[in-house]
Amino acid sequence: MKNRSLISINDYSKEDITKVLDLAEEFEKNPTQSLLENKVIGTLFFEPSTRTRLSFESAVNRLNGRIIGFASKDSSSVQKGESLKDTIKTVNNYCDLIVMRHPLEGSARFASEVADIPVVNAGDGANQHPTQTLLDLYSIRKTQGTLENLNVFLIGDLKYGRTVHSLLMAMSNFNTTFNFISPEELKLPDEYKMYLQDKGLEYEEHIDITDNINNADIIYMTRIQRERFSDPMEYEKTKNSYVLKNDMLDGTKENMKILHPLPRVNEIHEDVDENKKSYYFTQALNGVYTRMAIITSILGIK
Amino acid sequence: MSDQKKKLLVSAIENGTVIDHIPANHLFKVISILGLDSLKKQITFGTNLESKKLGHKAIIKLSEVYFKDEDINKIALIAPHAKLNIIHNFKVTDKRDVQVPEKIKGIAKCGNPKCITNNDNVNTIFYVLPKDSEKVALKCHYCEKITDPEDMEVF
Repeated sequence: MKNRSLISINDYSKEDITKVLDLAEEFEKNPTQSLLENKVIGTLFFEPSTRTRLSFESAVNRLNGRIIGFASKDSSSVQKGESLKDTIKTVNNYCDLIVMRHPLEGSARFASEVADIPVVNAGDGANQHPTQTLLDLYSIRKTQGTLENLNVFLIGDLKYGRTVHSLLMAMSNFNTTFNFISPEELKLPDEYKMYLQDKGLEYEEHIDITDNINNADIIYMTRIQRERFSDPMEYEKTKNSYVLKNDMLDGTKENMKILHPLPRVNEIHEDVDENKKSYYFTQALNGVYTRMAIITSILGIK
Repeated sequence: MSDQKKKLLVSAIENGTVIDHIPANHLFKVISILGLDSLKKQITFGTNLESKKLGHKAIIKLSEVYFKDEDINKIALIAPHAKLNIIHNFKVTDKRDVQVPEKIKGIAKCGNPKCITNNDNVNTIFYVLPKDSEKVALKCHYCEKITDPEDMEVF
């Protein structure tokens, strides 16, 4: 992985994924190390993202690295009309690795082709967000002890949710059984179903959250966004029927954990937060260890 | 329509290339992919000719023009059944089929308006993936979205 950009989860093989997760496990045991001394990481956030940016910056800071960058395009030279290529070519001179979030799809791949240093995609529009996927995988492996042969339920917006699509592709390396629960208009696109069929994996689709969640090892909730609906009344109706509540978890498996990429709106009721099956806040913490693992392995330090 | 009549509709050439079996609705896309609009050679074409295979086909005859495989293969996306006849001295001296390339660069626009290639000065690259036995799909190297060759816009 040394010097290789991470743009799409498909850039990493099963072995690469395992290496990152093993490394993240080491960082969890020993999170404060001076591994990034004398290294400068550029965080270019052309679109604001509090959680992802702070998680990356926390990872770099805890390893004693330094950070330069901007948190929105208003504070960058994009405001003056500079092209992405020119911004990357310039920043390329100032740091050892670029972490980039950009609203346009494919921007991170392009940046990695322009830059001489490795680029880590921290989200390119609705396309890819591979470090989120790796932290999701880390959270799944940590709570289940394995990634193999699990029963994963994906609930909510399965049509537009990029975290769902990337997670599905990554988990398909591990003989996963998938269950998809979503409103009719936000169903998983056919291309992903075809992808699973090609891999010979089983999946089921449901419209309602019902008893079948009792088989789940992992429930991965996503936010249903208002802007996805042309009819606001339809949105109001739908959003309330995809809410996970504490009493629905009574019959679920002991090992089951609930994940969510956050931010949450109302799709997980607050009464679930105290349930030991809720895992989304720890999942966010795992993001720091996972990003430490990604940065140090790309820089060839680990 | 008989072969005899077709020959009357589109006149014969002495030397050059005939591209036959182009779907009639894609004739102008083929012309722009091959850059024929800026070619200073004698070109004749006919369209909406009857065809057993395609329903309606188009044909292009190019005098003194020959194509490299890598150039002509670009039209395979929209005219997979196109046939090339290479003409010397009014006779067909060679026949070629078109082959779908694995990768195409800088011909077509990505169908995704939020793709970097539609917003910044970035050339498009597509991977050609089989969709079913007859059709292919174009996967953008940058945004990873699929564009259907039927809907693709040529630069």
